[in-house]
Amino acid sequence: MADTSLPRRGVLAAGAGLAVGLHAPAVFGQATTTLRCAFWDHWVPTGNGALRQLCGQWGERNRVNVQLDFINTTGNQLQLTAAAQAQSRSGHDIISLSPWDVGTYADQLEPVDDVMNRLIAKYGPANQVAEYLAKHRGGWRAVPATSGTQNKPALCRFDLLQEHAGLDVRAMWPAENRKGPGADEWTWDTFLRAAEACHKANVPFGLPMGQFTDAVDWVGALFNSYGARVTDERGNPTIRNNQQLRQVMEYAVRLARFLPNDVWAWDDASNNRALISGRSALVFNPPSAWAVAKRDAPQVAEKCWTIPMPSGPQGRFIAYLPWNSGIWSFGRNKTAAKNLLEFLTERDSAETTTNTSNGYDIPPFASMSDFKVWETEGPPVGTIFNYPLKPHHDARPSIAFAPAPAELAGQMYIQALNTKVIARVAQGGETIDQALNWLEREINNMRRG
Amino acid sequence: MASDATIARNAPTVAPRAAPPTTLQKMARRRSTVAFLLTLPLLGVIGGLVAWPAAYAIYLSTLNRRMTAFIGLENYAILLDNDTFRMVIWQSCFFAITAVILKALIGFWLAHMLHHIPTKGQRIWRGMLLVPWVIPPALSTLGWWWMFEPSYSSINWLLSVFSVPPVPWLGEKWWARISVIIVNVWYGAPFFMIMYLAALKSVPDQLYEAADIDGATGWQRLRYVTLPMMRNIISITVLFSLIVTFANYDIVRVLTNGGPRDLTHVFASYAFQVGVLSGNIPRGAAVSLFMFPLLAVIAYFVLRGINQRTKEIGA
Repeated sequence: MADTSLPRRGVLAAGAGLAVGLHAPAVFGQATTTLRCAFWDHWVPTGNGALRQLCGQWGERNRVNVQLDFINTTGNQLQLTAAAQAQSRSGHDIISLSPWDVGTYADQLEPVDDVMNRLIAKYGPANQVAEYLAKHRGGWRAVPATSGTQNKPALCRFDLLQEHAGLDVRAMWPAENRKGPGADEWTWDTFLRAAEACHKANVPFGLPMGQFTDAVDWVGALFNSYGARVTDERGNPTIRNNQQLRQVMEYAVRLARFLPNDVWAWDDASNNRALISGRSALVFNPPSAWAVAKRDAPQVAEKCWTIPMPSGPQGRFIAYLPWNSGIWSFGRNKTAAKNLLEFLTERDSAETTTNTSNGYDIPPFASMSDFKVWETEGPPVGTIFNYPLKPHHDARPSIAFAPAPAELAGQMYIQALNTKVIARVAQGGETIDQALNWLEREINNMRRG
Repeated sequence: MASDATIARNAPTVAPRAAPPTTLQKMARRRSTVAFLLTLPLLGVIGGLVAWPAAYAIYLSTLNRRMTAFIGLENYAILLDNDTFRMVIWQSCFFAITAVILKALIGFWLAHMLHHIPTKGQRIWRGMLLVPWVIPPALSTLGWWWMFEPSYSSINWLLSVFSVPPVPWLGEKWWARISVIIVNVWYGAPFFMIMYLAALKSVPDQLYEAADIDGATGWQRLRYVTLPMMRNIISITVLFSLIVTFANYDIVRVLTNGGPRDLTHVFASYAFQVGVLSGNIPRGAAVSLFMFPLLAVIAYFVLRGINQRTKEIGA
């Protein structure tokens, strides 16, 4: 028996070999790396679907297990997550960062110049504001994201503007790559006259003047179009004897008279509600307000038309609010993270993302402003054609408080210094000089320490 | 083993003298050691969740914005030099003091009303009046926000039924401040009520009987019997509420976000804005710690007073 039976070691070896052989295909098919991503939880219900689909495809192709956490910004959960992870130096590999957080955590983010240089070589220069926010100390610290990034042009009720202000916005800004008659006269002065007319007609423009991003963004674009900067590139206040600043302040105070009297307390949803309820003829907003109206108030949605913001003495600026994807320097899988972010920013991926969000998401490259979705979405068809910034708009993207250093600009932005300085005059009864002195003291204070 | 057994068999029948306890054994037998060991888990929790975060916050407040250099008390000096922060100090004090006084008065009144309801019917009223305190404040504040909401306020709708013009609850300086206080009082008054009710129930009836025999009026009964007997509970409740109200965050955050023009910010909401949202964590830490010394001094004197009174009663 002993001679004919297999030796014990032989049996074990054969068994082990068999086991390896049987499982070999599975082992080689399995993901070897796990990549943890914290992405912004999209407003648009279908918005996260694109990232799930794209990350799934990429993970399968590269044998990487991509774990996605969608964290919303209600109660600033995402910002708190980023702050906690930066403090503890542990957490996700990739994290969505709000516009100013890239500057805040620049020292803890992996440089992504290689990724951005390849993307720029393929698709041309990135959006200037995206570059200003994501590039620090000469290097890219985050990849500007498509998902969640938005413009805030004028979302108009074309019927009300025609009836009360005599403006045919569909003719001025048709769903074509050209300007229509009257587009060149679409200035802040025209805007003021229209605001007054609509105020008289009890459908005032719904422009928030509080401390939330919608308010800070549109006021920032207004300031930029007047060339009114509160600091220079180094962060030195440029408030004294600044005629542009005084001019824009006077304009804003005049405009505030024609807004609803409670705009000082409006949040980012108040303007949406004003439009959807049919109480307002114009808001500055991405198409989310129109998308909700399409569902809840179709009679309003079918009369909405998106056009660029008005132009001022220094040109036309469109409020732009990007999200960024950063890779923590303490992350475990930086190479895989870079590859994933590059894939997500490719044209095909960006188009999938934008399509899934019904045109809401704006990619970071001007060369991608021609996606079909913006032509075909409706009703009315073409209503968001002019939502992305297009060459014929003669406009530049804007973020409030640029070109101040991001550390300072972020504080000014979050504390809404631009809307507060207007409110101190229009609501608080201060003179423009008093309000500007306050602004200068605030900025100097923020620069200390 | 064998040798051990042999030794045992040969050993004298007298019980062996016990070896003197070692130092460790002595320590373990001491009551204080046992007490210390039993409190260790609690000390660990307090150390980890209170002492360590507090010490870390103090350390953070002494750093520069990038958290790379020690700057001592500079963050506090910068804050005191700031118009907005000085307004936050004023608003926090106004908010906390007004809200605590109103909560104490309303709570006292409610407790008296409840105390005079027969026991059978008291439970349901007690339960109902405690509801605002039981609901998570972030949730109930959201309900209030819907009532105050700038454009579609339900309170304004009700006012319009009586031809009263709409009130800018959250958009105008004083209305916004009042709205924040209203919500805080609505939320906090039941806590005062339940504490005062417990205190009222512990006042011996003989004292009231004696007062009646002496011909005391209702006011005199309150002034010379009820209030002195409730003094300790009033002090401790006011102190705790003052500390909690000074540290309030959720009501301001949900209702006004500090607006309009930062006029409703309190320490916690401003600290969050400066520290977390604006990315200046050291200065945010300085904001949140600003009232700590003052509150600590108040707490010291209030608690000392309570201890003294307790000793007097015991003596």
